[in-house]
Amino acid sequence: MFDSLTEKLTGLFKDLTGKGKLSEDNIKEASQKVKRALLEADVNYKVVKDFVAAIEEKALGAEVLNSITPGQQFIKIVHEQLSTTLGTRHEPLRMASQPPTVVMVCGLQGSGKTTTCAKLAKSLLQPGRRVMLAAADVYRPAAIEQLEILSQQVGCDFFKKDSDSAEATADKSTDVVDICQSAHHEAVKRLADWLILDTAGRLHIDQPMMEELKAVQSAVKPHEIILVVDGMTGQDAVNIATEFSQWLDLTGVIMTKLDGDARGGAALSLRAVTGKPIKYIGLGEKLNALEAFHPERMASRILGLGDVVGLVEKAQSVFDQKQAAKMEEKVRKQSFTLEDFSQQMKQIKKMGSMSEITAMIPGAARLPQNAEIDDKALTRTEAIISSMTPQERNRPQIINGSRRKRIALGSGTSVQEVNRLLSQFEMSQKMMKQMMNSKGRGFRMPKGF
Amino acid sequence: MPLIKTIKDGLNKTRIGFWQRAAGLISGKKSLSSLERSELEELLILSDVGVAASERLMNAIKQGSSEKTAMERLKEEMLGILSLDSNFEFRISNLAAKPQVWLIIGVNGSGKTTSIAKLAHYLKGQGQQVMLAAGDTYRAAAIEQLKKWADRLGAEFIGSKTGADPASVAFDAVSAAQAQQADVLLIDTAGRLHTQKHLRDELGKIYSTIGKKMPGAPHLTLLVLDATTGQNAVSQIKLFSQAAKIDGIILTKLDGTAKGGIVLAIAQELKIPVLFTGVGEGMEDLLEFDPAAFVDSLLER
Repeated sequence: MFDSLTEKLTGLFKDLTGKGKLSEDNIKEASQKVKRALLEADVNYKVVKDFVAAIEEKALGAEVLNSITPGQQFIKIVHEQLSTTLGTRHEPLRMASQPPTVVMVCGLQGSGKTTTCAKLAKSLLQPGRRVMLAAADVYRPAAIEQLEILSQQVGCDFFKKDSDSAEATADKSTDVVDICQSAHHEAVKRLADWLILDTAGRLHIDQPMMEELKAVQSAVKPHEIILVVDGMTGQDAVNIATEFSQWLDLTGVIMTKLDGDARGGAALSLRAVTGKPIKYIGLGEKLNALEAFHPERMASRILGLGDVVGLVEKAQSVFDQKQAAKMEEKVRKQSFTLEDFSQQMKQIKKMGSMSEITAMIPGAARLPQNAEIDDKALTRTEAIISSMTPQERNRPQIINGSRRKRIALGSGTSVQEVNRLLSQFEMSQKMMKQMMNSKGRGFRMPKGF
Repeated sequence: MPLIKTIKDGLNKTRIGFWQRAAGLISGKKSLSSLERSELEELLILSDVGVAASERLMNAIKQGSSEKTAMERLKEEMLGILSLDSNFEFRISNLAAKPQVWLIIGVNGSGKTTSIAKLAHYLKGQGQQVMLAAGDTYRAAAIEQLKKWADRLGAEFIGSKTGADPASVAFDAVSAAQAQQADVLLIDTAGRLHTQKHLRDELGKIYSTIGKKMPGAPHLTLLVLDATTGQNAVSQIKLFSQAAKIDGIILTKLDGTAKGGIVLAIAQELKIPVLFTGVGEGMEDLLEFDPAAFVDSLLER
């Protein structure tokens, strides 16, 4: 769908040697490519223009380091500039000196406010902390019920006004201010640490609705006012952000639906327009799918460079150091068995689904769409190994025809699949042997990783 | 406010801004200077038209017949992009099979449930007997939301339970629609991101289950798309198309400042027509999409 920017630029700079400086000519051409990549990632046109100008200035005359190609050097400059524009570090919600800390969540219809509120509540709900969600969306049918169900799932406090009286009042805006104020009183009474106000979705050009938010702001004086923006938003992100920040004292932004394949270029536009930090990103429908925002990772995503840092972090969090050392020992002694093979597989599975993992690998965006990774393959392999006897796992060479048949039957697979696994295992054992034999020269990671 | 909104009223806010500036830039001119051209291209990009479609439009202006004004060439090319396969027969007034089964799909928050309510209102206005099926069994209170709409509209409602299998809900809904001789059955589905394979597979299952219960159904599969969506819309449609054949698009939230230029990007790359647009909060704010009127109203000064 999108060509990798890295690839394009590498091609462009191919003829240059690793020495010398970036010249004005090749920078012009490269920055045009960057411009297009950013536009395809939905970064606002005006933001792109300023950004590209800054890049050109930085790149001009920049020394090309010997170790990398000019293309990589240029990407590095772009990446650095992107990360600094996006912010310098993760900024969490600030707690007020006097609880409850009031967080008002607002945004367009369908941007994901209600889900985000629940996710925020879940992340703030730590032992000894009391979090209250308040339903201030009196417009969308069943919005209040949705938040109520979600707060039960989170296990936090919930506040709503009797729906009957809400229906009865003609002026809903007065009602909303009233709901928020009552919610605040209730939060104080219950000694809550956090109060999260879920407001109704509204278009940024809808004046009466924006006035409603302003009224809530002056009545309740929230400590944090968070704008929720759909990560798939196009050029319009700038207008949305401008309007909301003109009406309200925004303190931050949360971008949602970034578990899709949107590049999220709107993040750059939002940051440039509001000057406010992106605090969290939403990565799924589950209530724990809220992550801290990391500028440098977002920069990689916008440029289509993958998220290697995230991948390594994820791997670190599930791989047990001691076990890894033990594995290495086994590989060295060439006593790596099917049993160990299945252990490793289990650890990989802990990192998440294969499709999730591959999405973080640079260049994976370019995989053909039908090259879907089959998560079930892992499960089947595990089943095959589990159907073997301990002897078979330790000495796979004893697995003859009738044993294969039995294993296939036991694991609900076919003899062919058992064969395939065994030959794969044999191959990896051979590779390990070779690796160990050529040890003096050291083991090199595959290129591009 | 007029009782019946036209696409022009709906697009009013949309028009002010980039498109109007574009119109102001080129109207009355035969050819454009290179400065004007790059300014126009910028305006097109700002309207989410996308890089590929913008280039096509710019080429048309640059190379089109000298008999015509720049404006005529631009409009012609926009219409050229939007005029899609005429095999597609869209006649609600002449429903062949009964009940008509329409499946509504889209990513989270695109406005599926609200669009279904508007569609139901629209169809009822045409004298159709409408039935709504709550196929979003995932999101909290989604079923209640659709039920409330059904009550307000006086439409038949096929409920379900949160966590139920959406394909079986769809199956039951088709049976019910057949038994009760409804004219149109609108099936809601849970919002799903196009990149999640298991959710696409679930959609594929809903789609094929409906076909098993009633051959030829669903008769229309409509993708609900937020007009503020950027270039990711193209990816959305491509991936969803792997699970279900998408017949058309309902473009929602066009009353914002979004320019709806994404329609051109989609038509250019995927050849899928927009059938309806949502232009407001009211039940009646759903319009049949007319490419010529759309282009005219965008570029009218």
